[in-house]
Amino acid sequence: MSPFLNTVTWICLIVNAISIAMLLYRAIKGPSNPDRVVAIDTIGINLISMTGIIAIHLNTTQLNDIILLIGILTFIATVAIAKFLEKGVIIDRSRD
Amino acid sequence: MLSLIEVVISILLLIGTFFVFSSSLGLLRFPDVYSRLHAATKSATLGVAGVLLAAFLFFLFDEDMVSGKLILGILFVLLTAPVSGHMISRAAYRTGVPLSDRSIKDELHDIYNEKKMDQNDSMD
Repeated sequence: MSPFLNTVTWICLIVNAISIAMLLYRAIKGPSNPDRVVAIDTIGINLISMTGIIAIHLNTTQLNDIILLIGILTFIATVAIAKFLEKGVIIDRSRD
Repeated sequence: MLSLIEVVISILLLIGTFFVFSSSLGLLRFPDVYSRLHAATKSATLGVAGVLLAAFLFFLFDEDMVSGKLILGILFVLLTAPVSGHMISRAAYRTGVPLSDRSIKDELHDIYNEKKMDQNDSMD
C-alpha cells in the first residue's frame, strides 16, 4: 500500500461520506414517499462503493461477500417498498 | 515508487467517486421524483462499476487473485438498478406524485386516465 493510494482512498471515503449525508437529508425531508425510497436506495448503492474503497484501503479480501450482500438486500428492499407503496400489500396474487 | 497500476486504480476510484457524488448532488437538487430517479439510477450505477473495477484490479495485481464476487457485484448492480428505478417510478406515478412545474409534457396522462375510467366502467 503506497502513500499515494492511501491518500486517494481517504479522499474517496470523505466524498462518499458527504454524499451519504446529502442523501440522508433528502430521505428525511423528501416531499413524497417515493423520494425517500429513491434516497434510501441510493444510500445502499453508496454503501457498496464505500465498502469497495474500504476493502482497497485495508488491503483485505474479506469484504467481497459484503459487497454482494448489500447489493442484494438493497434491491429486495427497494422492490418490496415500491410494491407496498403501489398496492398496499407486498405479496399479492392478482394478475395486474 | 509509484507504479502504473496504482495510477490506473486511483483514476478509476476518482471517476467512480465523482459519479457517486454527482448522483447524490442530483438527488439533492432536482425538482421532482422522476428527474431524481434519472440522476440516481444512471450515475450511481456507473460510479459503483468504477469503484468495484478498481477493487478488482487492485486484488488482481496486489494479491494475484481473480475475485469473481466483485465481477458478480458489478453485474448485479448493473442489472438491478434499472429494475428498481422502474418499480419506484411506476409506484410514484400510480400513487399520483405530481410532476414539477417546469416539466412540459406528460404523455402517460391521457392513456392512464382512459384505462382507469375503463376499469371503473367494467366495475359498474
